[in-house]
Amino acid sequence: MELSLTVNGKARTDDVEPRLLLVHYLRDVARLTGTNIGCDTSSCGACTVHMDGEAVKSCTVLAVQADGHEITTIEGLASDGTMHPMQEAFRQNHALQCGYCTPGMVMAATSFLKENPHPTEAEVREGLEGNLCRCTGYHNIVKAILAAAQS
Amino acid sequence: MIPAKFDYARASSVEEAVRLLSSEEDSKALAGGHSLLPLMRLRIAAPTLLVDIGRIKGLSGVRDKGDAVGIGALTRHADVASDATVGREAPLLAKVASQIGDPQVRHRGTFGGSIAHGDPASDLPAACLALGASFVAVGPEGERVIPADDFFQGFLTTSLEANEVLTEILVPKAAGARWSFQKFNRRAQDWAIVGCAVVQNGLTRIGLVNMEAAPVRAKGAEEALADGASAGEAAGHASDGLEPPSDLNASSEFRRHLASVLVRRGLEEAGKS
Ligand SMILES: Cc1cc2nc3c(=O)[nH]c(=O)nc-3n(C[C@H](O)[C@H](O)[C@H](O)COP(=O)(O)OP(=O)(O)OC[C@H]3O[C@@H](n4cnc5c(N)ncnc54)[C@H](O)[C@@H]3O)c2cc1C
Ligand code: FES
Ligand code: FES
Repeated sequence: MELSLTVNGKARTDDVEPRLLLVHYLRDVARLTGTNIGCDTSSCGACTVHMDGEAVKSCTVLAVQADGHEITTIEGLASDGTMHPMQEAFRQNHALQCGYCTPGMVMAATSFLKENPHPTEAEVREGLEGNLCRCTGYHNIVKAILAAAQS
Repeated sequence: MIPAKFDYARASSVEEAVRLLSSEEDSKALAGGHSLLPLMRLRIAAPTLLVDIGRIKGLSGVRDKGDAVGIGALTRHADVASDATVGREAPLLAKVASQIGDPQVRHRGTFGGSIAHGDPASDLPAACLALGASFVAVGPEGERVIPADDFFQGFLTTSLEANEVLTEILVPKAAGARWSFQKFNRRAQDWAIVGCAVVQNGLTRIGLVNMEAAPVRAKGAEEALADGASAGEAAGHASDGLEPPSDLNASSEFRRHLASVLVRRGLEEAGKS
């Protein structure tokens, strides 16, 4: 069926199967492989993207549910070759090791700061409830998000 | 994993959704998809027709209806948690919605989906039982209102017919009521291993999460309180007559223990509110 949506500011129209998940659409059809898949149970958050500005797990949304909506992936955050302040804060604070969770973390974190621009450390930790990291122990991720909130 | 093949139709009105749902035996409504799609990805569910009700106008948002608060079935958990009318008239629901899953889940999951799914592990059904809420459903024969007490029938089974659409949740206003919500889990984001919602408005009503195949009330504890028992004594009857499930998270015995502790804490917290 026909799907028309905006991905990172660009309008696209594709013919897709109704059962195609948004994450597979982004990776396999739109060829944006920054968004990762880390689980089969909607738990890990590696697939987090923004739908109309809000963090969602793209493995738990059908592509056809995104028809007419605006999707932003990790590829859409930087502008003119300058990293988004959240990406920069992750870099400065060494908030990643293997990097697998990072695109999802950054997308969850930017959505979280939009809803809560001046969070406490405890609120940041709660705001990351939907994202798992197997490497960092979260400490530097929390630090990066607090730093991004400052900047 | 990828769901099995299905046909997909988008309903633009409740009537159209009812018609589409009636057109095929294995049809299912799709709201936020945060209970249904995980089941379809694991191929535990494989409907042949998905009727997307997510774009029906007028099914989302909170309305003040005089002596009740009306919450549209498509209202997302995040919006229930932050709604001013809910915060004032049914603060228990705001608290419960704010603790569902994680922020991403709360951006997509809907109140109606949570109720229609009838999962004993979900939180809003227990809160609706404690609040004495009722549910508005529209089917081929028109509209009917189902009290929460008559709605949850068994594991993922409700009194909603396969071709009925849940349109609204009606919650009696209880601004002055005392309340508490207790959720026990081991890790962030997890579902409750056991939970309880307590509402005291003259009488006490207690809804339990994960203590039976369906969402249930703690009738034993409620009756003990009505007979004058203390919070601690009543909590000892929290699982009277119930058969809590045993699974990887907890044995049936441990759930009975948790229910008595959580109901005691809930009654104590409600008493202070
Ligand atoms: C990672 C994760 C964690 C979660 N944690 C929790 C938690 O801690 N507590 C909790 O309570 N829930 C939790 N949930 C479930 C979440 O709250 C779901 O969003 C909710 O249970 C279902 O709402 P939905 O809109 O997504 O429904 P859907 O998945 O779209 O539908 C669920 C079922 O209800 C039916 N249905 C939906 N809407 C209607 C309607 N209006 N009329 C008739 N039938 C309808 C569908 O046909 C389907 O059978 C979690 C989910 C995930 C993925
Ligand atoms: S891939 Fe794990 S939550 Fe989506
Ligand atoms: S950096 Fe490896 S999973 Fe987070």
